[in-house]
Amino acid sequence: MTIHPLIVKLITMSINVQFFASLREQIGQSQITLPWETPLDALTVWKQATGNVEMPDNTLCAINMEYVKASAQVQNGDEVAFFPPVTGG
Amino acid sequence: MPAILLDRAFNPWDEIQDFQARELQPGHFGATASFVGSMRDFNINESVSHMTLEHYPAMTQHFLDKLCQQCKQQFQLDDCLIIHRFGDIRPAEPIVLTAAWSAHRAEAFDACRFLMEELKAHAPFWKKEVTEQGERWVHNDQKPVE
Repeated sequence: MTIHPLIVKLITMSINVQFFASLREQIGQSQITLPWETPLDALTVWKQATGNVEMPDNTLCAINMEYVKASAQVQNGDEVAFFPPVTGG
Repeated sequence: MPAILLDRAFNPWDEIQDFQARELQPGHFGATASFVGSMRDFNINESVSHMTLEHYPAMTQHFLDKLCQQCKQQFQLDDCLIIHRFGDIRPAEPIVLTAAWSAHRAEAFDACRFLMEELKAHAPFWKKEVTEQGERWVHNDQKPVE
């Protein structure tokens, strides 16, 4: 059986949002899947994923494992991550 | 030029020796510089019994792999190595190893420091310490990307 391309597109139109460390604890979730309909920026993704919680000033953003500004565009299928300043080493 | 993430204790000196024997050409390098960061049992005037090092696994590996590549492009190196712990860590256990092999000392010193400073500033790890007062996230004043 062949699945119509439009159905495939509708099934796969989502973004994966991840939270780490203290932000994960504040938000109360480590991962949320959001539907993707039109291009949007990372700050809008944050608002949708958190129910409009104000983003802390020092929050870092990454799309597909690369650091970006909160104004960076998010595309269908992207992984968007939010986390506090890093403390490794 | 591997970047290795470990969820268990490791001996950095054995790792250097093993990597060198396995990957480096004897006689081709004249300088080996290394840095080992270990866990203290105190921080901000309080005793720390242990800590958990959280990370963003896919991004951490991606970032450290790129860092090794960038280091080899930026410095005249035979090779470089990063090993970093995650998970539960006890005082005195090594957390991180950076090492660089080069013909001469200046490149080895500079590359080793470059690896460590870039890792400290950007690799997505987060320390959570356990003290007598309870758990606390370690903070720094890093600014968002501009």
